[in-house]
Amino acid sequence: MIEIHNIHKSFNGKTILDGISGVFETGKTNLLLGASGTGKSVLLKCIVGLVKPDIGSVTFDGTYFTNNKLDIRQEIRRKIGMLFQGSALFDSMTVEQNVEFPLKMLTDMNKSERMDRVNFCLQRVGLENANNKMPSEISGGMKKRVGIARAIAPNCTYLFCDEPNSGLDPQTAITIDELIKEITHEYNITTIIVTHDMNSVIEIGDKIFFLYKGKKLWEGTNDNIMDNQIPELQDFIFANRLMRDAKKVEDERDR
Amino acid sequence: MLQHFGKYLLFLKSLFARGESSNIIFKRTIDEAILIGVNSIVIVAIVSTFIGAVTCVQVAYNLDNAFIPRSTIGFMVREMTLLELAPTITSIVLAGKVGSSIAGGLGTMQITEQVDALEVMGINSASYLVLPKILASLLVFPMLVILAMFLSIAGGYVAGTLSGELTAQEYTSGIRGDFIPYNIVFALIKSVVFAFLISSIASFRGYNTSGGALEVGAASTTAVTNSVIAVLIADFICAQLLL
Repeated sequence: MIEIHNIHKSFNGKTILDGISGVFETGKTNLLLGASGTGKSVLLKCIVGLVKPDIGSVTFDGTYFTNNKLDIRQEIRRKIGMLFQGSALFDSMTVEQNVEFPLKMLTDMNKSERMDRVNFCLQRVGLENANNKMPSEISGGMKKRVGIARAIAPNCTYLFCDEPNSGLDPQTAITIDELIKEITHEYNITTIIVTHDMNSVIEIGDKIFFLYKGKKLWEGTNDNIMDNQIPELQDFIFANRLMRDAKKVEDERDR
Repeated sequence: MLQHFGKYLLFLKSLFARGESSNIIFKRTIDEAILIGVNSIVIVAIVSTFIGAVTCVQVAYNLDNAFIPRSTIGFMVREMTLLELAPTITSIVLAGKVGSSIAGGLGTMQITEQVDALEVMGINSASYLVLPKILASLLVFPMLVILAMFLSIAGGYVAGTLSGELTAQEYTSGIRGDFIPYNIVFALIKSVVFAFLISSIASFRGYNTSGGALEVGAASTTAVTNSVIAVLIADFICAQLLL
């Protein structure tokens, strides 16, 4: 479980995060939802420690993270897996070496144990035959899968995904979403996903935090998000014509 | 200017803040040394050979005097090569080649979040990525400078004898006369100083890149110009202090 308390962050005097608090539960896919520029990615970076919040704290399973001693922060970071928006695979390494990298750096496994784990992770994300390919030789969807395999390779306790399905076709996007959800439930990890994709919300939103102009306006699940009375969230959800049409049909049916 | 220098010093400090294991740093240093060294041999060889050849021809042109022995040409080629041309020109060439490559590589890793990926894993990205580059440069630059010394003097020999400016015997006698071994030590000290400046400045510029492809290009250019200026200033300081 990850708890954040009263997170504030400003850049050059401009407030990006304005007192955000919340609890991200273990074994659930927690979504940070919001339009572009609302501070979702900054909040994610504050949680993993890539950006230091001006005020506020982050706690991982009861262990204070922000401003704690370096070795404690390092210990927590070694339990974190992260899928970046652009996958952030190491260009100079093959797919296999990318997945092996955290095992090599963070564990005492020998070569054969590492290779077993690499092959297991690649198989788990559906990439059995891509071991020797370079990142430049694989598609965007495959890169995301490799990114997930690399994140889960050292048995992470916390998984962070920054817009995991951006730039992907709808079918691949759903596959990636489902893969993240399966992994979260299978390994009982705490997953936080940054997204602005309503498909993700409906498919995998066990818990959703809606951010608007640096504030948390709403918190709920994919079952009750449609029932919310927050105008900003309503505008966000029904910005899509398909969603508007679906709502119209539903309203007519109710009448 | 002072702010940049302060940031540069803090960046150097961060390389050792929570360093990776010496085994990992050693392996990465060897990889980087191969990358920097092997990839630079051809350009260093070409530049130094021609610099030696041109130096010989131009010195011969300026020493066209019956009272000055022709062997002086060989002597001057050797002195110029050892004291200045081999360490400084080679380092300036390497500032262009290695410096831009380091800055571009790190800049690209920064904007594609590969550096963040390392940090999230709990790895000190500066130590893991930059320290081996600096150590590899410290190791490889003196070797390349030694190569440049040999090839530059050889270039002078070929140019001098083929153009008929002096005989092989005169050239050989010139490069062997009044030899001061300290000059080689001086050149190697300079090459180590230049290696540190080029690799650390280029790494600093690349590591602190933010934005996109345009900024990566700008970081590479700045890395090269800053490194060249630093090399020239350090060259003057070394000459003042060590000669």
